[in-house]
Parts: sequence; C-alpha cells; structure tokens
Amino acid sequence: MSEHIDSVKTYVLVFAALICATLATTAVAFVDLGPFSVVVALAIAVCKMLLVALFFMHVRHSTKLTRLVLLGALMWLGILILMTLTDFSTRGALGVPGR
Amino acid sequence: MITAAVQEREHYLNASYGIKSWLLTKDHKRIGLLYLATITLFFFLGGAFATLIRIELLTPQGDLVSSETYNKLFTMHGVTMIFFFLIPSIPATLGNFFLPMMIGARDLAFPRLNLLSWYLLVVGGLFSLFAMLAGGVDTGWTFYTPYSTSYSNTWVIATAVGIFIAGFSSILTGLNFIVTIHRMRAPGMTWFRMPLFVWAHYATSLIQVLGTPVLAVTLLLVLCERLFHIGIFDPALGGDPVLFQHLFWFYSHPAVYIMILPAMGVVSEIISTFSRKPIFGYGFVAFSSVSIAVLGFLVWGHHMFVSTQSVYAGMVFSFLSYFVAIPSAIKVFNWTATLYKGSISFATPMLYAFGFIGLFTMGGLTGLFLACLGIDVHVTDTYFVVAHFHYIMVGGAIMGFLGGLHFWWPKMTGRMYPEGWAKLSALTIFLGFNLTFFPQFILGYLGMPRRYHVYPEEFQVLHVLSTAGASVLAVGYMIPMIYLIWSLRYGQIAVANPWGATGLEWKTASPPPLHNFDETPIVTHEAYDYTTVMEEVIEVG
Repeated sequence: MSEHIDSVKTYVLVFAALICATLATTAVAFVDLGPFSVVVALAIAVCKMLLVALFFMHVRHSTKLTRLVLLGALMWLGILILMTLTDFSTRGALGVPGR
Repeated sequence: MITAAVQEREHYLNASYGIKSWLLTKDHKRIGLLYLATITLFFFLGGAFATLIRIELLTPQGDLVSSETYNKLFTMHGVTMIFFFLIPSIPATLGNFFLPMMIGARDLAFPRLNLLSWYLLVVGGLFSLFAMLAGGVDTGWTFYTPYSTSYSNTWVIATAVGIFIAGFSSILTGLNFIVTIHRMRAPGMTWFRMPLFVWAHYATSLIQVLGTPVLAVTLLLVLCERLFHIGIFDPALGGDPVLFQHLFWFYSHPAVYIMILPAMGVVSEIISTFSRKPIFGYGFVAFSSVSIAVLGFLVWGHHMFVSTQSVYAGMVFSFLSYFVAIPSAIKVFNWTATLYKGSISFATPMLYAFGFIGLFTMGGLTGLFLACLGIDVHVTDTYFVVAHFHYIMVGGAIMGFLGGLHFWWPKMTGRMYPEGWAKLSALTIFLGFNLTFFPQFILGYLGMPRRYHVYPEEFQVLHVLSTAGASVLAVGYMIPMIYLIWSLRYGQIAVANPWGATGLEWKTASPPPLHNFDETPIVTHEAYDYTTVMEEVIEVG
C-alpha cells in the first residue's frame, strides 16, 4: 500500500487554520451570545478535530478499516451523549407518583 | 530421559536468565507471567480487605472497626479487586500468553507497548497502594459525587490517579489485541476458524478501547472539581451529580463484560476440549460475544434507577437491559448443547467451567430482577445487589480465570498440577462461594443495606453463614496457590498436548519455544476439529 504524503504547504495551512480557530474560540468567549456561546465553541472544536483527524492523522488517505475505526469512535461518543440526554432532556416529563 | 530432554530444549523460560531479562522482556509469554504475579498480589490484598469486612460483620455491633474504617475497607476491597485484579485478570495474563499462540503468531503486534502496559498497571497500582497505606479512601469504588469531589477528606486524588494510569494499561492491551487479531493471524486462520477465546478477547478489547477513555475523562473531571473547584458535578458549584453517574457507568457497566467475556472464552475452550466436541453453534457463540460488548454500552442507566434519573430514561434503560440476557443465554444454551452426546471428562478445568455456568446463570438471572424497575427500587443498595454482582464477578470471572489457569498451566510451565488437590479446591471454592453469597440474596431481599457494618440482630444468622462461607472460600483460594507453586518444581512433566485439545497452542512444545512455533503453522481446519486430533493420535500411536 503506497502512503500518501501531503505537501509541507498543506500542513502549514492546516496548522494556521488551527491557530486561527483557537483565536476565534478565545475571541468568542468574550462575546455574550447567550446559549449560542456553547454551540459556537463546540462547532469550532469539531472543525479543529476534523482538521487534525483528516490531515494530521491522515484519515483522508487511510484504508476503509481506519475510517471505520474513526466512525465507530464517533458513534460511541454519540451513544454516550444521546443516552445521557435521554435522561437530562426528559427529567420531569413523566410525573412521579407522590411528588 | 524425558526429563533430560525437556531441560535441554530451549524455551521461553530458559532462553535468558536474570531479573533484567524479565523486567525488559518483550516476550508476550513472560509479560503474561509478570501480570500473573502482579494481579495475584492484588487479589490477596483485596482478599485481606474482604476478610476484615466479613469478620466485622460476624456481629451486629460495630465492634472490630469504626464506621470510617469500614467505609475505607469496602472501598479499598472494591478498588483493588476491580481495577487491579478483575479487569486485567484473564486478558492480561491468559490472553497475553495465549492469544498470539492461538492465531499462530510469534508475538503481539506491539511487544514494547505490551511491556509498557504492564508497567502502567504496576505504577497505577503503586499509586493506589500508597493511598491505602497513607490512610485509605472511603468513597466506595464508585467515587460518587459530590461526596468524592467536595466532602471526603481521604486519599481520593491518589487513588483516582492510580486508576487513571491503570486504565491506560487496559486501553493499550485492548489496542494490542485488536491489531494482533486483524494483522497477525497465521495463513489459513480465517476469522471463522479462530478459537472462541480469541473472539471473546476481540469483543473485550473493543470495550477496553471504547469505554476506558471515558473513565479516564471522568476521573480527570473529578480531580478538576476537587482540586480547582470547577463546577461539573457538585450542585453547589452549578454541576450535576447524576452526570457523574452517567459518565462513570458508561464505562463501569461494560467493565463487567471486560471481566466476564474473557471468562466465557475460557469456558468455550474447556467445554469443547473436555467433551471432545466442537462448540455447538460456533458462529452464534462468536457473535454473542460481540453483541454483549455492543449491548453492554446501552444499559448503564440501570445502575441509576433511584438517582433522580428521569423515569422515561429509566424505562428505556430497563427495556434495553433485558436484551443483554439474549446473547448471554445463547452462550449458556450452546455450551449445554455442546455437552450433549459428548465424551465428557471431569478434569479440574471442566469442574471450573461447570461452576462458571451454574454461578453465572444465577448471577445473570438475578440481573434480570435488577433490570426490572419495580424490583430494583426495592433492592437497590442492598445485599441483593452485592450477591448479584459477586455471582457474576467472582462466581463467573474468577471461576473462568482459575479454570483457564489450570487448563493452560501445563503449557505455561511445562508441569502438570496435582489433579486430586485441584479437584478438591475447585469443589471447596464452589461450596464456599455459594455459602458466602447465597445468604446475601436473602439478606438483601429482607432489607439489609450494603456498606453498613452495624445491622439489626435478626440478620446475624445469615451474616454468620456468609462469613463462614468466606472462610471456606479463602481456604479454597489458598490451596491452588500452594500446589501450583509446588508443581513448578515437583509437578509431573507435561507433554505438548496433555488434554488432546485442538488449538494451535497445543501443537507446540510445553513450555513453548521463545517464538512460539518452530515453523509458522498453516491452518487447514475449523476450530475444535476433533476428527483431525483423533487422526493424529492414531498416526502417532
């Protein structure tokens, strides 16, 4: 299997994008966006994660098995969040006798 | 003559000598033995804590230790047994030793990483040991918040750091196994020719890799709140204590399957060998391991039915919990079907396998009681729960561990263990275990809460029975410790395949050569193909 190697320029650009995203996260923290503060911060974090995974960890040019590993990990994170929210978002939705 | 030949042949034990040759070894077999020595020490340490607990519970009064000391005893018992014995027990010892051999590999995919895993367990263990010696920790092995983050004035940080470090040992072992199974199988060793022990370890490794990082993150969050008062779990700081329970049980429920799945793998090997039949429904048993691993991640909320978790979530988790019973039952029924018309012999490993099936079934069925919302509310935090999980973890995992240890002892050491003593100890452990934990089901159902050392007098008879059982159990565990060490020097010399088993590990000498096989094996048959073994026996004969 031949390994694809990105150019130095690509790595530098990705690095610059990561730094910009970090600065953006910091800047957004000083602006009161109400409940959207978390949404924006998380959106930037997901973009950074994708850049690292796709370029620095070479997932973009990896085998299907490697991509499956990444998808599996994301799916498990999804299970953790979804099932926890199953509790958090429905607290008080059904009445408890005696309360 | 045979003795002389065995002593002259080079194998992994005599290939090099000296402490350095062990502490810097990259041989998976030696690392397996390093793990075996380490977890045995932790087992007896955890057992010592259990002994003190059971002695205290002989009388209804708290007359041996104070409440604070009792809290520390059950915490340190749980932490030691779960994180430093049960989690690494079968995978890190028998798995490390035999997984590469069973797929015809010379070693694991990452030998250095394997050695690092052992060091991480030792370092993590030392941290927790330091915490125990310095004064102990009293939060329970579950570290529930906000007590662990804001109120406990015991050694929470050192213990949590120890578990955090040991967690990476578990992750790296799982990663190593996954890569090894994918990349290092011998020619002809297809996925569906792999022994079920390997399938079980594949499923276990998935849990270790997917679940353990969440425990690590959770412990870090506990440390952040405890050290820097960052509000995550403590309501006084704006946190949510139930969030801790979600994160904790996301790992810690599947962790039970890290303990029990490898034991199930061991039982599959033993049942097949000692009934001289292929496992009935091989594919179902193989996939049931993977489905237990996956379903195990969807049920954690059944530990939280009374935690203020929403009623709706409780119903969802209750419903999903019942599903785990399906693959578990597939295994038990298929093992039983394997016995049908088999040529059964009652060697010690088989006694342990039978013990596993009986005790795991009891533990599993009482798990269904606990998955039921209504019953769980009644028995939450009682001895019913204590009995249930000991039937799974001790009755299941340790029976599997001891069964596997006896099964593969001749291969690991080149010596046979004394069969009579071994059968006696297996029987003693089975009786002692039931005497210890069955009364606890009744205690719990009658309302005896866990984690209390003062109790009403009407519970004393059952507690005395339980303590008497624990004494028998302790004797049962000591006997193998003595005769296995004795056998290293005085045991009968073991031949390559003393049980007439089919796996690749039995096709090489006992103890195995440094690189497992003189030539890379080529696999041409399905797993558990006894026709081939019989043909070989006839040819040799």
